[in-house]
Amino acid sequence: MPSSTEAASAAWTPDQPIVAIRDVHKSFGPIEVLKGVTFDVMKGDVICIIGASGSGKSTLLRCINALVPIDRGSIRVEGREVNDPHLDQLALRRTVGMVFQQFNLFPHKSALENIMMAPVQVLKQNREEVRARAHRLLAKVGLKEKADAYPGELSGGQQQRVAIARSLAMNPDVMLFDEVTSALDPETVNEVLLTIRELAEEGMTCMLVTHEMGFAREVADHMYFTDKGIIVEHGPPKDFFANPRDERTKAFLGQIL
Amino acid sequence: MSPDRLRGTTDLPVLLPAAGALAARARTERRIGGPVLRLRAWHGAALALLTVGWTGAVWAQDAATVAERSSALRALWEWLPVLLGGFVFNVAISFMAMGIGTATGTLLGLLQISELRVLRGASWLVTQFFRNAPWLVLLFYCMFLLPFEFTVLGVTIPFPDWVKAVIGLALPVMANVSEIVRGAVQSIPSGQWEAAHSLAFTRRQILWQIILPQCVKRMLPPWMNLYAILTMATVLASVVGVGEVMTLTQRALAAESRPEFLVPFYGFVMLLFFAYCYPIARVTQKLELRYAVKH
Repeated sequence: MPSSTEAASAAWTPDQPIVAIRDVHKSFGPIEVLKGVTFDVMKGDVICIIGASGSGKSTLLRCINALVPIDRGSIRVEGREVNDPHLDQLALRRTVGMVFQQFNLFPHKSALENIMMAPVQVLKQNREEVRARAHRLLAKVGLKEKADAYPGELSGGQQQRVAIARSLAMNPDVMLFDEVTSALDPETVNEVLLTIRELAEEGMTCMLVTHEMGFAREVADHMYFTDKGIIVEHGPPKDFFANPRDERTKAFLGQIL
Repeated sequence: MSPDRLRGTTDLPVLLPAAGALAARARTERRIGGPVLRLRAWHGAALALLTVGWTGAVWAQDAATVAERSSALRALWEWLPVLLGGFVFNVAISFMAMGIGTATGTLLGLLQISELRVLRGASWLVTQFFRNAPWLVLLFYCMFLLPFEFTVLGVTIPFPDWVKAVIGLALPVMANVSEIVRGAVQSIPSGQWEAAHSLAFTRRQILWQIILPQCVKRMLPPWMNLYAILTMATVLASVVGVGEVMTLTQRALAAESRPEFLVPFYGFVMLLFFAYCYPIARVTQKLELRYAVKH
């Protein structure tokens, strides 16, 4: 194991997995939520993780940007080991964007300010340049005219799109989406999915935890099904949905589809 | 009891109409750690009636018996500048105690959410100690334990009684502000921390840029409530000999030596405090209503 994260980071090349997950274990008290998860994500991949509630999907995403520390195993993001006491958490989080089920926009800031905050204060970038980029990002997610609106004045779908723009403003290499449409009204789900699809088509590496099977089938390069903390089955969406092999996958897909 | 019940969703039909209001009130009281000051206009009206009524009664008695002695109203009028001066002193003491208490209390409250267990524990202990101590006892401690002057680098700084009273009153204010700050910070949904962490903000940035700005609104009503309570507690300083409105009223009554003046004089003092605290209570209520709406 390299002695410093910088060395590890320097050793990484784009032909290696951008996210490498090895035998990850995580317990909350007596409950073991992740019982040895292993898989790779290559740059530009879009992967979807599905599974019943409580199967550890969201926890896994949170482990990738060190919001939740892992107990055992290894996660490397661009070669940077997450399970390392000397991990530069902030450096890791600058490369990994995350969008949440509950949007979590900052309610005391306008849409534009929400997007500008992190680049200005974390990356110390020039305010005017960031402002211009924030306007472009808002336009990209279809909310050009909502720059000065506060989160409370936006619909769920609009808030979620601002949240996506906020993450993108940090120029991340990987985007994590944690059930981003689960808290939305049905009529606003599509606008958010459309935004994610555009991102995926532009080559952004995306890891999605989702219940939107139709969407997963369309955008995913690879599907993962988790049950009780392990990956039960995975494969390209075509095979995965057409011929699930494991009984648990069959049962789950049977319920959902 | 289920957590849902505590949050005010109830299926008990009799509680339904009031459930929302009760829950909102319970939330506020949990946050500030005690009941909210609910001054109503009729409290003032009753006080005024008592003062004026009794004054009238005393005056009528005067007219019937010893007409040459001054009426209660005239006595009150004569003492008015002194009493008002005393009251201004009370307000000044309340300002200073609130200022010191807020500054130190904010710091203490932030220490209560420190990542260091030692700091967290120590600040919790200090907060609990001063929050659960009787205000008058704290005042006595400050009176008798603090020296009457300090000498720093050859310069002697006098420490008069009223300064000690300000410090004595600032201590419980500090402890209560500490709890208000801690409660407000912890009432911000954890998703705000998560989102900010995921954007690579440092803990300090998150606290100052994202969490605390959202807390100000939530802290304002309990803070104003605390101020109103403090203002009324400033009369405690009379017990330790500070020349504020209560002390002066006692002196005035002693000088007049008319037992029947007791009710109008003290009634007048209560009216003064009502006139000062009632608007604060009203504004606090309005703010609570406005901020009760989910952000």
